Amino acid sequence: MATPPNRIAPTGRAAARPHAQGGLVYLPLIAGWLVPGAGHFLLRKWGRGALLAASIMGMFVLGLAMQGKLYSNAHDILDVLGLVGDLGNGLLYFLSRALNLGADQVQVTTADYGTRFIVVAGLLNVIAAVDAHNLRTGRKPL
Amino acid sequence: MQPSHFSAVLLFAACVSVVFGITMRDTPRRMLRYGIYCFAMFVGAAIVLSWVMFLIAR
Repeated sequence: MATPPNRIAPTGRAAARPHAQGGLVYLPLIAGWLVPGAGHFLLRKWGRGALLAASIMGMFVLGLAMQGKLYSNAHDILDVLGLVGDLGNGLLYFLSRALNLGADQVQVTTADYGTRFIVVAGLLNVIAAVDAHNLRTGRKPL
Repeated sequence: MQPSHFSAVLLFAACVSVVFGITMRDTPRRMLRYGIYCFAMFVGAAIVLSWVMFLIAR
């Protein structure tokens, strides 16, 4: 059975959010998007950051190793969705594009798996970056 | 690299479960439990759906 979801943070004075005071509130969000796990590292959540980085980067690398496709342009709505998912990988995507990694066309079955791995890695990275932002603002307890 | 379909499912489920566990729960113990739950659900659903498709195709 699944454990119950996170408790909702209390409102009003009880919800004093010391972490949201001062500094760049969006820094963990942006850093987490650019480099998987970096948002959590900035908040000194070393273990969580390392696990997130290993999972997301691992998934991205596995996708490339399976000859997955990196979306570079959008001809139809499915390509747009794939491109949005790929962009979630942040610098990993731009670096891979610069190094000309990833297949241009899906030619084997595993390349199709690889393409999905890369897209899902990007979407997971967005979730991880938003989690870092929630930790920073106090919406999620540190 | 050309993993089998089931190996790909296991790799996918492991990576996604880690991220879901960390981001959806707030204490390490609950993160671990939820991660294991997600992994079991991913793999279990893949096996069940595979059998359903096998039986439909016969």
